[in-house]
Amino acid sequence: MTDNVPAVSVGNVGQLAVDLIISTLNMCKIGYFYTDCLVPMVGNNPYATAEENSAELSTNAEVYSLPSKKLVALQLRSIFIKYKSKPFCEKLLSWVKSSNCAKVVVLSSSHSYHRNDLQLRSTPFRYLLTPSLQKNVESKIKSLNWEEMEKSPCIPEISDSEFCVRVPGGGITKTLYDEGCSKEIPLAVLLKFVSEGDNIPDALGLVEHLNEWLQIIKPRCDDPTASALPWKIPSSWRLLFGSGLPPALF
Amino acid sequence: MAATFFGEVVKAPCRAGTEEEEEDEEERRETSEDREARRQLARKREVRLFRRQTKTSLEVALLEKYPCSKFIIAIGNNAVAFLSSFVMNSGVWEEVGCAKLWNEWCRTTDTTHLSPAEAFCVFYHLKSNPSVFLCQCTCYVAEDQQYQWLEKVFGSCPRKNMQVTILTCRHVTDYKTSESTSSLHSPFLKALKTQNFKEPPCCSLLEQPNIAHDLPAAVLSYCQVWGIPAVLYLCYTDVMKLDLVTVEAFKPILSSRSWKGLVKLADRLFPPHREQAGLFCTWGSMARSAQALQRHWDLF
Repeated sequence: MTDNVPAVSVGNVGQLAVDLIISTLNMCKIGYFYTDCLVPMVGNNPYATAEENSAELSTNAEVYSLPSKKLVALQLRSIFIKYKSKPFCEKLLSWVKSSNCAKVVVLSSSHSYHRNDLQLRSTPFRYLLTPSLQKNVESKIKSLNWEEMEKSPCIPEISDSEFCVRVPGGGITKTLYDEGCSKEIPLAVLLKFVSEGDNIPDALGLVEHLNEWLQIIKPRCDDPTASALPWKIPSSWRLLFGSGLPPALF
Repeated sequence: MAATFFGEVVKAPCRAGTEEEEEDEEERRETSEDREARRQLARKREVRLFRRQTKTSLEVALLEKYPCSKFIIAIGNNAVAFLSSFVMNSGVWEEVGCAKLWNEWCRTTDTTHLSPAEAFCVFYHLKSNPSVFLCQCTCYVAEDQQYQWLEKVFGSCPRKNMQVTILTCRHVTDYKTSESTSSLHSPFLKALKTQNFKEPPCCSLLEQPNIAHDLPAAVLSYCQVWGIPAVLYLCYTDVMKLDLVTVEAFKPILSSRSWKGLVKLADRLFPPHREQAGLFCTWGSMARSAQALQRHWDLF
């Protein structure tokens, strides 16, 4: 079983990507991740397709599944309460470990302005694998010609600082990766360098990149020039930039 | 980072919230005095429930101490005024507890006594039917206090046989619609309900992409997760201060099936003659006009 988890990160790209997966695959809600670590919020069904299913209440952290593809997705819809991000990571990884997932994929993003010259000239996607997942998927990842996230100075201000994995703007991504390494959890991170703005194209790019590996959706045909995969935009993505404009403005 | 129009480079706010690296950096630089100050602040921010009459703390959660079949929670001035005017004047309500909390918006002094002016969050039950509870909350409960509030009120063993109603207001500019918000006729009521709330709500449901936040969202989430029938009535208004017309916008709730026994005397509150109704409406309109005029003068 594969568990997809977003990190609340720059541009909310991970969360938008998980929305696309849940919406496109019409995944069923199977539970709540009830925690005091996330700011509370509620709303009606963000994936409603008709009036009949629009009245289901949704909370800030919910679990969805698609048994036919052995896929589970955890969607996080609000930010962490101050000082609660680390406790959340502990609870999340403890749940992941007890549920015996074959692998966990964290979808995330990182500030594009932090890229070095080499990164500016290469693909905006990066991956990370914990040692316990590396042996199982490394050859597949290598065949896709993906780029591993480069290490950078732990303390940039110090010239001879050690190098480590840093994910600026990645929220809990680094903590999940570090804890995944130390707790021997088969965890992968897939992220994109982005800037804040209209991040829908970034989310679409990230899920298509993920799809190269997991094959969540099979392409319609083998023609590489065929139009993009049919990712279904959720109904809750309406009015992302606010209400309509007052006519008096014009 | 982002550049302003004049080329100044500034740190842009990130929609993802506080950077984890910033929190790590803060923790690295923290001294033992900083940690102690943080612990003291956390203790000061703790939510405590106690009985004002006896000046004693409630050792268990409120709804674990008392059986509850109905719980109505009013959050904010207008919701509180609605309950005071239309519900609490029918029947005798006895105070059973008071929440003391301290945050940047609600600075109660750190003492075991609470003056009436500091009683921001008070719990009552109906003397003739003590399983009916009511909460009047006029203070802001901060995000780090909301789960504590839930624990202190609902406890860890939620009762599924109670029904919860939450009333609150939001500013109309928070309401997302394809029209301009200036064309909306506020105040208006919207509802969100849990899966186990089977009664039809008194108004239309809140459409996506609109969401509810803060304590009302915390209570409704709790009820959804634990299978408690609950409904949240959100009044979108352009006047967040105490406003008669906003208070009256909650009136459709009085016709709910579950509120029948609570508002037996409500008919007397509604003027029997249309000219009297007109007088009440005019009073409301005059109050709003006065407020609007005040706002207009305040701008200049």
